[in-house]
Amino acid sequence: MAFKLQINKQQKTVDAAGDTPLLWALRDVLLLKGTKYGCGVGYCGACTVLLDGRPVRSCQTTLADVGDSAITTIEGLATSDLLSPVQQAWVDLDVAQCGYCQAGQIIAATALLAKTPQPTDAQIDAAMSTNLCRCGTYTRIREAIHHAAGSIGGAK
Amino acid sequence: MSAAEFNVPATLSRRSFLQLSAAAGGGFLLGLYEPGAMFAQRPGALSLVPNSFIRISPDGTITLKARNAEIGQGVRTSLPMMIAEELDADWAHVRIEQADYNEALYGGQSSGGSTSTPNAWQPLRRIGAAGRELLVTAAAEMWGVPASECSTEPSRVLHKASGRSSGYGELADRAAKLTPPALDKVTLKDPKDYRIIGTSRINVDARTIATGKPIFGIDTELPGMLHAVIERCPVFGGTVRSFNEAEIAKLPGVKHVLSIEPTLSQDAVLPNESGLEPGVAIIATTWWQAQQARKALKIDWDFGSGSTQSSDGFAKQAAATLAKPPVNTLRVDGDVDAALTSAHKVVEADYTFPFLAHGTLEPMGTTAQFKDGKMEIWTQSQNPAPGAAAVRKTLGIADGDLTVHMIRAGGGFGRRLMNDYMLEAGYLAKKLGGPIKLTWSREDDFTHDSYRAAGYMNLKAGLDADGKVVAWRQHHVTFGDGARFAAGSAVGADEFPAGRVASYGLYRSPIPLRLRTGWLRAPGANAFCWVGQSFLDELATAAGRDPLDVQLEVLSNTLIDNPKVPPSRNPAAILIPERLKAVLEMVAEKSDWRKRTKQPGRGMGIAAYFCHLGYFAEVADVSVDARNRVTVHTIWASGDVGSQIINPRAAENQCYGGIMEGLSMLQQEVTLVDGKVQQTNYPQHPLLRLRQAPKIELYFCKTDYSPTGLGEPTLPPALPAVTNAIFAATGKRIRTLPLQKSGFSLA
Ligand code: FES
Ligand code: FES
Repeated sequence: MAFKLQINKQQKTVDAAGDTPLLWALRDVLLLKGTKYGCGVGYCGACTVLLDGRPVRSCQTTLADVGDSAITTIEGLATSDLLSPVQQAWVDLDVAQCGYCQAGQIIAATALLAKTPQPTDAQIDAAMSTNLCRCGTYTRIREAIHHAAGSIGGAK
Repeated sequence: MSAAEFNVPATLSRRSFLQLSAAAGGGFLLGLYEPGAMFAQRPGALSLVPNSFIRISPDGTITLKARNAEIGQGVRTSLPMMIAEELDADWAHVRIEQADYNEALYGGQSSGGSTSTPNAWQPLRRIGAAGRELLVTAAAEMWGVPASECSTEPSRVLHKASGRSSGYGELADRAAKLTPPALDKVTLKDPKDYRIIGTSRINVDARTIATGKPIFGIDTELPGMLHAVIERCPVFGGTVRSFNEAEIAKLPGVKHVLSIEPTLSQDAVLPNESGLEPGVAIIATTWWQAQQARKALKIDWDFGSGSTQSSDGFAKQAAATLAKPPVNTLRVDGDVDAALTSAHKVVEADYTFPFLAHGTLEPMGTTAQFKDGKMEIWTQSQNPAPGAAAVRKTLGIADGDLTVHMIRAGGGFGRRLMNDYMLEAGYLAKKLGGPIKLTWSREDDFTHDSYRAAGYMNLKAGLDADGKVVAWRQHHVTFGDGARFAAGSAVGADEFPAGRVASYGLYRSPIPLRLRTGWLRAPGANAFCWVGQSFLDELATAAGRDPLDVQLEVLSNTLIDNPKVPPSRNPAAILIPERLKAVLEMVAEKSDWRKRTKQPGRGMGIAAYFCHLGYFAEVADVSVDARNRVTVHTIWASGDVGSQIINPRAAENQCYGGIMEGLSMLQQEVTLVDGKVQQTNYPQHPLLRLRQAPKIELYFCKTDYSPTGLGEPTLPPALPAVTNAIFAATGKRIRTLPLQKSGFSLA
């Protein structure tokens, strides 16, 4: 079945079964490989994308679920060569270790800052604790979110 | 542009010499060859080998080859920094290119055991220095001045007296015609003149990662590529009797279904090899289709003898074995039994730690293509050599017919030292042509890992009237068949405090296992440090002393020379007590350890360890609530990894990661029931979360020793620092991991 999707401000058509998770449609059909498979059960956050600005697990969102919602993936954050503030903070603070979870982390942080431009450590904890990082980059993720927010890191 | 390039063996020998050539299209190429290795691998190939470590183009671009597997430890940045430093390159002009697998050209390409840094330190700096010397000579000749009057600034040669200067790119062609210097003759910089080493350089892939560009093995995409999944037997060693092939072949997207002919040895102790496991492979147009088709699979398995194994059974066997005299004696000093009998006070305890999974966030996988008799592989291995060897041997691929591309891996942690996935992908490509991308599901990954082995330890120690440790007896029950031990499972004869307690005995006994085990970040150390440092804390408590004092005292004892214990092959692998003592003193000072106060529900714990050539001491500050939920507030860590921290922020990342992983390990376990692994995904084998991540204060104690790696040594002390802190907070000693088994959890 053909699904019309709005991805990163572009219209795309995906021909696949309606129960195909958005994650696999993005990766294997549209060849947008930035969104990552980690657990496949909605637990790790590696597959996080924005649906109308809300962070969702693309491994738990089927093509049929997407409807008219606008999808933003990690590939859609930068405008040509200009990184988004969150991406730039991630580079400047050298957050990534293996980097595999970081697309999901950056998307989750983008959603957090859109809603809460100056988050406290407690707000960061609440928003970011369902995105797992196997390499333990949490210290840097906190720093980078504060950096992107232009705020000074408060004590926990 | 195909340019001739430059290579260096892992270990520089006197026979290594440089080879210089002009690059096609202009520019400078410097090759480094070890004749023995080169001739053995490729007779007559000395003239020009199309690989190199440095390439300087006329436009001034400096391309440096990254030799080792990148698994998130930052070697694609930190190792080229060593070359760039001595070359006196402007880092802004440097581009990094990943080397394909070819150990004859590059030397060891594995990333494991925190060895990439120490193995690269001499050769890579020397190759950079040789490059700089050539560029200086070229400039001096051009200007008709003595080379000794010339100096360099980043990417430029200067003749200050005449005010002339020339960029490296402009000198490259001329330098390419010179005779390269002998590598052992090149002059290395005085470290005080370093401009790159010791300064933080952003990971060269940071931008690619932050923008979601395809960079990981799982992102590999080739024209006409199909996707594969493999259903393996839930019990290790089990085999396929039959399955519903015809039914599966008809499912949407499915192109091929086949049963794998296994080659993995069926021994009682599965050895560390990359053999093919039995299983059924489904190959489809997309991975999701293959994975969906899998749900309809009906396989009649012969589970084999592995199905009688269970974690409860292991615990019973271990208890029975610990009650009997040990099978192997690793080390005995003095008369440990007599010393225990005459000791003023004796402390005895049993410690247990579980099997663990690696759970790299990117699951196992590899892409392979077999065409016109040639095998091409794109793999996220951290140790491609054994995988390539297995592909050649098992699949009958000739040496020259195999190309292995080393692709960034989403975490390694020791899991990718094994190459079972590479062999599986190669096998499917050999049968079907390909290209085929094999991607394991998360469940495959958890249930077919090379697990950190569980272990059971009995410890007994004696204190004299002054509270000094005078006797120590340790019996380790682990897995093996007597002659061999399961990979990564066995304690070694140099385990702390071996050699530093007058009456000492270290013993080991095996119980059988049919499960693949392997190396998990800081293998051995990640379990043995927890046991030894916890028990030392128990002894200090029994003696009414500060555990820091007890540890410093043990480290001050003269090493007992035991002729029966074989000396370590690597002198750097022998503990230097002064280094461990110094980091202990440092962490104590930074954490105000000696001023800690007693408060109900809050406590501090200390631990230290030497492993993988690195020395770390850590202090944890924790609180424990009424429901025994543990919050780790702060961890102070101090470490000695020698004279230089190559890339400081990246080094901190490694240290943070090691400590966080240690905390994750406190709550993880893999258990077996009827031979089947019970933990199939992260919820049952949890990772630390951001809100649980403590504040980490990190201090380096710089010494004159050669720099060593940071991938592993911060991890082991984190576990006992926390469990000792839990004891300080609650009076409850944790002798069984994970914490849940002892009634605790991370808040
Ligand atoms: S892959 Fe979707 S939450 Fe883990
Ligand atoms: S950086 Fe490796 S999983 Fe987060």
